[in-house]
Amino acid sequence: MTNLGTHQDDNRPGTITPVGVARMAPRRTRISEWFDQRAGTYFIMPAVVMILIFSIFPLVASLIMSVSRIRLRGGGYNVRYVGTQNFEKQFFGSEQFHFLGTFADLSPIAWILILASAAGILWWLFRYVTTRFSVIGFAGRLVTASMVFGLIVLFSATLVSGGRMGTLGVTLFYVFVGCGVQFLIGLALALLCSQQIRGRTFFRIVFFIPLMVTPIGIGYAFRMIADTTKGPFSPFWQWAGLGDFAWAADAWTARIFITVGDSWQWIPFIFVILLAACENIPRDFVEAAEVDGASQRQIFFEITWPQIMPVAASVMLIRMIEAFKIVDLPNIMTSGGPGIATESMSLHSLFAWRSLDLGQSAAISYLLLFVTVVLCVSFFNLVVLQYVRKT
Amino acid sequence: MTTEPSLSPMNRSLFARLFTPQVIGKMPPGTQFFVYTALILWSLFVLFPIYWVFITSFKEAVDVNRGPFFIPWVDFTPSLHAWRELFIIDYEDTLTAYANSIVIALFSTGLCVMIGSMAAYALARIQYKPKFGTIALFVGIMIVASVAIAKAGLDWRIAMAVAIAVFVVLARALGPKFKASLGNGDILFWMISQRILPPIVVVVPIYMMFQNVRLLDTHLALILTYSVVNLPIVVWLMYDFFVSIPKDLEESAQLDGATRFTTFWEIVLPMARPGLAATTLLVMILAWNEYLLALFISTTKAQTMPILVAAMNAGERGILWWSMSVVIVVMIIPVVAMAIVLQRFISKGVLLGAVKG
Repeated sequence: MTNLGTHQDDNRPGTITPVGVARMAPRRTRISEWFDQRAGTYFIMPAVVMILIFSIFPLVASLIMSVSRIRLRGGGYNVRYVGTQNFEKQFFGSEQFHFLGTFADLSPIAWILILASAAGILWWLFRYVTTRFSVIGFAGRLVTASMVFGLIVLFSATLVSGGRMGTLGVTLFYVFVGCGVQFLIGLALALLCSQQIRGRTFFRIVFFIPLMVTPIGIGYAFRMIADTTKGPFSPFWQWAGLGDFAWAADAWTARIFITVGDSWQWIPFIFVILLAACENIPRDFVEAAEVDGASQRQIFFEITWPQIMPVAASVMLIRMIEAFKIVDLPNIMTSGGPGIATESMSLHSLFAWRSLDLGQSAAISYLLLFVTVVLCVSFFNLVVLQYVRKT
Repeated sequence: MTTEPSLSPMNRSLFARLFTPQVIGKMPPGTQFFVYTALILWSLFVLFPIYWVFITSFKEAVDVNRGPFFIPWVDFTPSLHAWRELFIIDYEDTLTAYANSIVIALFSTGLCVMIGSMAAYALARIQYKPKFGTIALFVGIMIVASVAIAKAGLDWRIAMAVAIAVFVVLARALGPKFKASLGNGDILFWMISQRILPPIVVVVPIYMMFQNVRLLDTHLALILTYSVVNLPIVVWLMYDFFVSIPKDLEESAQLDGATRFTTFWEIVLPMARPGLAATTLLVMILAWNEYLLALFISTTKAQTMPILVAAMNAGERGILWWSMSVVIVVMIIPVVAMAIVLQRFISKGVLLGAVKG
């Protein structure tokens, strides 16, 4: 850049160069000067343009697709506006069983669950209104509350009452059960590894490895391992009398195996970050407490937990965001089966695309985006920010 | 885990002696036993699937189908048939996919880290004031252009070129009149929040886009897509690094007449090396393992390793577990090597800093 032009002018208005320094300064050409004054633009423009082209534009295009019926015609597309028909189909129409699930009559337990959660949510909103109140805060909480209540009603009507879960329920199962298990085990491992033990580096490297393994590989590896006739644990299954039990043919074992595979991969992520957080706690705190005769439990709840809580909340947010995208493991391990029992929303959308129903595929992916955004933003505002503010 | 330590050491029960700290900062033997057992069990849980895939890659079909065999040379004879088949007899597909994966992972990581860290540096150092009016103007012009493409059947290249030209001219003319503006924090949030977007939402339009410009099933398509998907991670991790680097050095370099870019390239990037290394490796691993986008965008020519693995499921011979295991093993080896390198950076709390911020 510096030897492109022949002219040199160090004293252009706008660049402040002290005289003494200017004499020593390398010669700047007009072009590099011109570039430098626009540094702010060209530093950030590539990223902005890339995001606009590959993220924002497809997002808008997808929205348009979700309200249209698209037919392939001679190498081109024939797009027709159909309003919210694609969405209505998911909620009320022919695809209801697939997306929301099969409803059953509400059982007494389901009624109790619904009423209890309604009461809890109303009390939570009431407390917010009476203690501190802002219009935006209230509107946000209202959105969160209605989403949570809607999902509880959905779970009560399908799972609790004996109906079947649709892809929405299955996705939420992967997200909440998976993330919960991963957090608990990740935290436990981090606490164990932060003790004064030998071979820390070894354990740390070993525990970190699953994060690097391709999800496809994990899917197939767990399929091999879980096989009850040829897998490594088949002698055990035979002994337990489950020799011809096919885990992939039962909805719950299939879901649990997928969660195990997912946890195997993601626990390391939570583990490394919580371990770093644990090691950041000043050693003196813990030792002082030990000298004062605090029990291990007291040390954990009074010192460790408050110190790592902000990091833990952020890690869970990141993990949740990624968990909503789950697609490879169900696709590889069960391809959504038995029936639709392990199909996540991403996979549902992928299958819709495969059957060339682009409008529906886009509608499902938009519903996924909506659920993800509402739940993640709620988690961020209600949990993460609270801890960040405190520290 | 323990009860309150009793003060007189004489009348402790065995349990208390095993679980009560004798020396400050050192674990009692009972706790120690528990901790090591838990850690070793977890190590086995982590390593076993990898071990199983590894030995399966040396098994004959009959060894896989006749039930579990655990230790090579003891209960089955390892054979290299699957390796030979993939790397000598039928090497073309395997090596093409391997080369594709390497090229795509390297280039997308390079592009992504370059663009992302430039943006992150700019956001950490330069004050931006994107005006609401300019953004609204951009959106408006894009809507007009899209309507023109959809309804009037205008060629999209011409429409986009005209729209961008009009936008630049109008933004120059009207720019100073707009008052309300956003700040750096908003841009940063906008970029990072792109990560929330599930790839399934954008992949079909991206597929159509590449189809339109005839880039489907090329390296370039995957490189560009992966760069954008991983961009939020780079911006997010690197921003934190650049903020923590003191400004003095850059300021004196600028007084000496260095341009922004020279400062960035020669002073800031070398200082951010640990963060840069961790970010690069993280992004590279994500690009290496990616499945969903590759499934859409690459079919044959630009097929990556994950797609090759999945394709082995589709043959009429059933699932070729041994060949699949070979491919998984060759995919795992480079990343595990990286994991050992990356671990050093991560234990320094590279990710931690970003998570806290």
